[in-house]
Amino acid sequence: MVQILFYAFAIVLVAAALGVITLRNPVYSALCLVLCFFTSAALWLLIEAEFLAIVLVLVYVGAVMVLFLFVVMMLDINIEELRRGFTRYAWLGAATAAVLALEILGVVIGRGLGASMNMKGGMVPVAATASNTSELGTVLYTKYVYPFELAAMLLLVAIIAAIVLTMRKRRGLKVQDINAQVAVRAEDRVRIIKMPVEKRE
Amino acid sequence: MITLQQMLVLSGLLFAIAAAGIFINRKNVILLLMCMELLLLSANFNFVAFSRYLGNIDGQVFVFFVLTVAAAEAAIGLAILVVLFRERRSINVADISSLKG
Repeated sequence: MVQILFYAFAIVLVAAALGVITLRNPVYSALCLVLCFFTSAALWLLIEAEFLAIVLVLVYVGAVMVLFLFVVMMLDINIEELRRGFTRYAWLGAATAAVLALEILGVVIGRGLGASMNMKGGMVPVAATASNTSELGTVLYTKYVYPFELAAMLLLVAIIAAIVLTMRKRRGLKVQDINAQVAVRAEDRVRIIKMPVEKRE
Repeated sequence: MITLQQMLVLSGLLFAIAAAGIFINRKNVILLLMCMELLLLSANFNFVAFSRYLGNIDGQVFVFFVLTVAAAEAAIGLAILVVLFRERRSINVADISSLKG
């Protein structure tokens, strides 16, 4: 049963990945990528990495892919221009993929990563009451607490960078310039002049 | 029962497909970013698989950090893309050649 599920999800995953790289419309590519992440989450559930499966759906499908779709739909892209030369370079991509796949499969299947790795064996069994989330949390907040803080810092930097990059000043907008208002002096605004009294004729 | 070999073969195939995507979509910056997400996903597959089959939770912690960095990278990459499109009205990589000597 688990085998059937694994092969079903694996086929969907590979098909969706092929869709990402070959479909004409970037919106369809982004939707195929969403399918990729969903099937990957299902596969991670199958090998009992539950927390990361949920995080993958929440973070990737919920945040990153929505951002991708926003940008794809917001920009008015000329697809035809970008597709030119697609077939000319398709064989190069296919050849690279074939060589890469052959090398990886050669190492994984042919060599088996050395005698110490049990490639055909099952997973390390976990207790029925064990919680993947609490195990992960225990390690994350003790052994990896400094990297965790660094990751938080990185996200803060990313937020600020994204906002600063996309913020723009519009011309002709009527806004207060607080600096100029505070720095103003009375001499700049009011001019006191002396003039002789004018007598009525 | 799923074996480690099956997981590694699957992630290898995913990596190869994503690498091919970088070649055949080399003009479209959005698709390049998507292919990079696929590459990171296949790397994460390896981390999770080895973590489960060796009984070591550290691999999953590392996936957590990779997800963080990938999210930050996607946010900044798309921000740069938006700025680029505003300046040039195009996202073609071939048009970005101001620094060419």
